[in-house]
Amino acid sequence: MTNFDFMSKKTAAFVVSIVLTLAAIGALAIQNLNLGLDFTGGTLVEVQYQNAPELDDVRQQLSEAGYRDFSVQTFGEANDILVRLQQQFDQSVGESVTNALSSKESSVQLVRAEFVGAQVGDQLRDQSGLGMLIALGVVALYVAIRFQYKFALGALLSLGHDVIILLGIFAFFQIDFDLTVLAAVLAVIGYSLNDTIIVYDRIRENIRKSQTNDLAKIFNDAINQTLARTLSTSGTTLLVLLALYFLGGDMIHNFSLALIIGVVLGTFSSVYVASALLLVVKLKREDLIPTKKEDVEDELP
Amino acid sequence: MLNRYPIWKYLIVLVVIVVGVLYALPNLYPEDPAIQISGDRGVKSISQQQITQATDALDQAGIDVKATELTQGSALIRLDHADDQLRARTIINQTLGQGFVVALNLAEATPDWLRAIGAKPMKLGLDLRGGVHFLLEVDMDAAVKQRLNVNASAMRETLRDERIRYRGNEVNDRAIVFSFLDENELEKAQSELSTQYNQFDFTTREQGRERQLVMTLTDQAVTDIQDYAVKQNLTTIRNRVNELGVSEPLVQRQGPSRIVVELPGVQDTAAAKRVVGATANLEFRLEASNNSGADQTETFGFRNDPSRKAALQRDVIITGDSVSSASQSFDQNGQPQVNINLDGPGGSKMNRATRANIGRNMAVLYIEHKSRTRTVMQDGKEVEKRIPYTEKGIISLATIQSALGNRFRITGLDSPTEASELALLLRSGSLAAPIYFAQERTIGPSLGQQNIDRGVLSVQIGLVLVVLFMLLRYKAFGLIANASLTINLALLIAAMSMLGATLTLPGIAGIVLTLGMAVDANVLIYERIREEIRRGLSPHQAIHTGYERAFTSILDANITTLLVALILFSIGTGPVKGFAVTLSLGILTSMFTGLMVSRAITNLTIGGKALKKLWI
Repeated sequence: MTNFDFMSKKTAAFVVSIVLTLAAIGALAIQNLNLGLDFTGGTLVEVQYQNAPELDDVRQQLSEAGYRDFSVQTFGEANDILVRLQQQFDQSVGESVTNALSSKESSVQLVRAEFVGAQVGDQLRDQSGLGMLIALGVVALYVAIRFQYKFALGALLSLGHDVIILLGIFAFFQIDFDLTVLAAVLAVIGYSLNDTIIVYDRIRENIRKSQTNDLAKIFNDAINQTLARTLSTSGTTLLVLLALYFLGGDMIHNFSLALIIGVVLGTFSSVYVASALLLVVKLKREDLIPTKKEDVEDELP
Repeated sequence: MLNRYPIWKYLIVLVVIVVGVLYALPNLYPEDPAIQISGDRGVKSISQQQITQATDALDQAGIDVKATELTQGSALIRLDHADDQLRARTIINQTLGQGFVVALNLAEATPDWLRAIGAKPMKLGLDLRGGVHFLLEVDMDAAVKQRLNVNASAMRETLRDERIRYRGNEVNDRAIVFSFLDENELEKAQSELSTQYNQFDFTTREQGRERQLVMTLTDQAVTDIQDYAVKQNLTTIRNRVNELGVSEPLVQRQGPSRIVVELPGVQDTAAAKRVVGATANLEFRLEASNNSGADQTETFGFRNDPSRKAALQRDVIITGDSVSSASQSFDQNGQPQVNINLDGPGGSKMNRATRANIGRNMAVLYIEHKSRTRTVMQDGKEVEKRIPYTEKGIISLATIQSALGNRFRITGLDSPTEASELALLLRSGSLAAPIYFAQERTIGPSLGQQNIDRGVLSVQIGLVLVVLFMLLRYKAFGLIANASLTINLALLIAAMSMLGATLTLPGIAGIVLTLGMAVDANVLIYERIREEIRRGLSPHQAIHTGYERAFTSILDANITTLLVALILFSIGTGPVKGFAVTLSLGILTSMFTGLMVSRAITNLTIGGKALKKLWI
């Protein structure tokens, strides 16, 4: 078993966490998320070729012409092509796409160009936000009942910490935020919560078993005992994610990036936010040991 | 005895695994891209000769044919590659010439014995396989007209309540007109109505002996109504095609008045249209009473029996967009009934209208908007023109027993079938404005083959890495963990197939990610076993305590995550809901395999045997 003294470095870790969280909030406030085609809508262009083209060539031509975040598919016939672009609709979009696709050997005709709305509605945004808040509330309640309210506080803060910093990074680097990234953020919430609870569980167990009041030592032991598990699970998850990130292609690139960041953050925060915070809020052994009650039960036949 | 399971636990594990594997199996037989050939208007039927003709032509073009089938006069040619489908259709069309309908199709390839137990493969998403593309046109004029009618109806009620006497009332394209005999009454009406209806411009004019109050919708109001109609329809259709959130459709607004719907994994437009559902609307109206004047009533036939007719009031109580849900059930006497839920404003209107009319009949009028296409000559060219028309019929006429509110039921139905059809009609009638199918096409995958291949490869590599990692770290126990991981994958796929989920590339990545995280349960247990061994416990003691101690951690961690998933499911919509479904399924299957299956394997292999050392 490893024997690191995690808790002695908590002040430094707090500073890092607070700075990152503030920076993330700043990035979100100033730059906003760079929402993708799913959220913003864009322009739909239908073109007709004389002869059926290779779709990969069409994609190549579009990216060479500087378009980003587009999709190309056949539309009914092999020579009818539907292009969706993130670009806002204006009169010239259709023409510039046609120009980009026209070359010496193929003639391309514009059939129509129109704006398309977002794929997700306002309903999704409003209700999902509400859903998140309620979900956090219920989780806090569950943790408060199963553990103690100070644990609930720690779990909530560490969850918020992970999500805010993750979103902040996406805002700061203006990485495309689409539906797959949203799914990744939700998955990070699940992952981070999982990690936190596992460490908490061990802390609870150790507090109940031990005689000492040195909580920092109990925490260190608990984290060291779960460290092998934390590294194994994060390890397997990261292995999958790295494979997806480096080999998976555009569609799952940002999805895996969000999760890689999230897994690292979640592992860090389960130690330094969730657990270390318990020292700050002055968790006591008595908080977890139901003293009187057990004695009474023991006397019963 | 340590590390032994009673026989019933083994049986449960076995039964779950067998069922899981059975329902996961169809995914090994994905649907074949196919070409369906049938005779035009049922005149010609297809013979073996035409099939040979078609396959020969495909052969020459270098397109691989997998199999052909001939059933009931129509032929199905299965192809090896989806890329060839469009080209194959063109070739067959040219080869056979006129008189045949040649359409794209996805043909089931699941063996009959699996189909018999209802096992189906998952559909492939729009990114991987494409699907059908519908363009729906929202009838903007009808949306405005409908709103005017509802407003006119409310205005008439206001005037009656205020005892202001009007002579006539009509609704035009953009305006509501009330005529009065008396200037005084007109002024009273104008001052009453203008405070309530600020979306109208009020003017007056003289018409013969009558004075008329003309209320015209402002341009802003018209735009708002139209915008609302499109948005409302967008939401309704979105919910309709993606009830559970796992079917991955695309529904978006296109241009000012149209809605694009793309459904994955279907190429048969008729089947897909059923999913999008009826493009209908509903009106709740009172049956005409004996003393209502002829200008206040309208007569309609019944939908299932056009010869039966009933006269209804012209006033509309509420329209279908106030219906938030409708379902079929049985009353305490076992009679079929339909339960209806209305939204807030709809409920209060319904309450006001029914309170005063207990004992009278209320009718539900079903309004279907259809269109005929007719070819007309325009500028010397043949142009297809769509001519919209409307069919109205009564679907239910029932006595009002008591004042109704947000929730009420319709009874007196003949059969459960009638009740469930009515519920379906009520649900599907909740569109804010009529829509027409303006265009339908099959659409290809939005991702390139190269991209798909890379995605699938990365997923496979990720999976292999996890398996290797577990083997290296936990040796013999890694083998057990990998076995339960494989079963986990089968169970997850089976559950998703049963729910009718659609598989997209990010979805596949998500499944593998779930597996990466699912080893957590095993990791927790094995680390704990190692710890117990270090503390000096015997191998069997260590295994026993390891599983026991890790259990609470696993339970707590998974229950909290499951709580998040359940709440996201009940509140979220669309993809968020779908994510919650997949997440919950993943948690449940990985808890089952991590705790029960791996334990069962451990117990079966080493339980009860003398062990000196654990290879962990």
